[in-house]
Amino acid sequence: MESANRGKRALGALLTVVIGVALAGCSSTGGLRAEQRAKEAQANGSAVDTPKWTVAMVTHAGAGDSFWDIVQKGARQAAAKDNITFLYSNSDQGKDQAQLVQTAIDQKVDGLVVTLAKPEAMKDVVLKAEKAGIPVVTINSGSAQSKEYGALAHIGQDETVAGEAVGDELTARGRKHVLCVLHEQGNVGHEQRCAGVKNTFEGTTENLYVNGTNMPDVQSALQAKLAADRSIDAVVTLGAPYAATAAKAKDQAGSQAEVDTFDLNGQVASALEDGTIGFAVDQQPYLQGYEAVDLLWLYRYNADVLGGGRPVLTGPQIVTKDDAAALKDYAKRGTR
Amino acid sequence: MTADSLAPPRRLGHRLLSRPELGAVVGAVAVFVVFSVAADSFLRPASLGTILYAASTIGIMAVPVALLMIGGEFDLSAGVLVTSSALVSSMFSYQMTANVWVGVGVSLLVTLAIGFFNGIMLARTKLPSFIITLGTFLMLTGLNLGFTKLIDGTVSTKSISDMEGFASARALFASHLTIGDVDLQVTILWWIALVAVATWVLLRTRAGNWIFASGGGPDAARAVGVPVTRTKTGLYMAVAFCAWISGQHLLFSFDVVQSGEGIGNEFLYIIAAVIGGCLMTGGYGSAIGSAVGAFIFGMTSKGIVYAEWNPDWFKFFLGAMLLLATLLNAWVRKRAEAAK
Repeated sequence: MESANRGKRALGALLTVVIGVALAGCSSTGGLRAEQRAKEAQANGSAVDTPKWTVAMVTHAGAGDSFWDIVQKGARQAAAKDNITFLYSNSDQGKDQAQLVQTAIDQKVDGLVVTLAKPEAMKDVVLKAEKAGIPVVTINSGSAQSKEYGALAHIGQDETVAGEAVGDELTARGRKHVLCVLHEQGNVGHEQRCAGVKNTFEGTTENLYVNGTNMPDVQSALQAKLAADRSIDAVVTLGAPYAATAAKAKDQAGSQAEVDTFDLNGQVASALEDGTIGFAVDQQPYLQGYEAVDLLWLYRYNADVLGGGRPVLTGPQIVTKDDAAALKDYAKRGTR
Repeated sequence: MTADSLAPPRRLGHRLLSRPELGAVVGAVAVFVVFSVAADSFLRPASLGTILYAASTIGIMAVPVALLMIGGEFDLSAGVLVTSSALVSSMFSYQMTANVWVGVGVSLLVTLAIGFFNGIMLARTKLPSFIITLGTFLMLTGLNLGFTKLIDGTVSTKSISDMEGFASARALFASHLTIGDVDLQVTILWWIALVAVATWVLLRTRAGNWIFASGGGPDAARAVGVPVTRTKTGLYMAVAFCAWISGQHLLFSFDVVQSGEGIGNEFLYIIAAVIGGCLMTGGYGSAIGSAVGAFIFGMTSKGIVYAEWNPDWFKFFLGAMLLLATLLNAWVRKRAEAAK
């Protein structure tokens, strides 16, 4: 077994090197230590004495989406406060999402939070949950179907309304030719956002599809587009991570366009502050998660509902340079 | 190609026709002509920089993937391995508050170890590489997400742009230089260097013969003393090494890495290699071909944007162009073989 020994030796050497270099060069700026220094102590206990209820959230998120991470953070914070056990699952395929809701019904949860990105696939199972006596709150997408399917309330942003807010803002900023960058072809919400921009924007709007799972490709596609059409004076991205890339592409193509974006993260907050990005439209995902869980608690405890049969809007909130300083810390900790 | 030196000298035309990348070159010219006619801005010098950048990010990975394919194997984990590599350097530097070069070094070791794992698993289990690397692909996809969430608390890494060593690392992996009107990314230099090294290895070294032999007929190769296992493990580590370069580019170019990225890119690398003349069955192909394949891909994906064709049809155009290029490639090769 000579090669097995060789393997062990290689592994040993690897570990030694890893530990060795770890102890060697340290950075005196940035990194975890800086974050820890900045971190305040956070109290994290429940504030109520209701029984331990269980709430399940089932979303249409793909794996590793930073937006849904923020939604979860809000939901967990509310769950901790309300003495609730919080369960989360997700699938970007309608059929699988419906199956996940079914498993939550089987677990006899006390409340259910779902998204209706693919309403038809979800209809039967949502009605089934209500039949089983489980209150349902819809969040994010599905404001049109929420009431019809018998949900208590819908909490989220109307994508068309958000797009329209962007269109208005761009008109106010005197822009003439907008490029709307879609990073997921076939996503209904994305189409609605760009359509919303088109509704209210007084100049021309144009869509560009890019491959969202391949950042260098996003950059070069934008570079190509901005170089091909010099009349584009504003670029709107539909997700925070794409805004920084758009700004880079703009620089490299030598374009004068302004970069604006939907959604927020730490990078965008910093970019707003230094003026690389004009404005961001936040739909406050933290609020969507937090309010949904809190509302289920309120319903169980006090039979309260919110919205009076109409969607409760968490956005659009337009944030600019003036808000950036305050938002930066919140975005960094992943709650904005 | 090695057989060529033993064969009696033939006319230049015939020798050219027997090159694996010839079909791809013809395809590239065709794609170039189509977009030169269809898009005004396609021929601008600045556009060349953009196209070359798009081609280089695919091309850097297409080189080792082509070698691996010549050696008779696949690597489906190559796309996510790039992301893994970027995640490791970013998170290691951040969590240890270390100089980013430390993270870059650790990432190289980890990435090479994953390539080694692929190679060793292939040799030990005798399972098809499709299954082994599919397993690695799924495991890495999960690890990328799981570890990032566990360590960073969110699904993307923290920004390391304010840390020591970032500027010098960015200069090596993600800088760009301007020559006249043309803005050239450093990945283009990496790409050219990798193609040159791989071509030299394939055509001028014993290891190159081993690669052709391992892919052409592993049993026959083994019988004449070719270290097939070692060759294939080496090829997987070459894929890992290039994944490391691409991963560092991703990290230092975009500062923050998203853990879900990279899925699906493995197919782009394989597509580039196949367009470039590599046979799916192994034993035939070239590194230069993979570069031409990547260039076709870069021209097509960006040419559609330059031509300002209706974006609703983007994926259709892309697929049709790729299919046409490959068909043309196959036709030219058949003609070449008939002319021999």
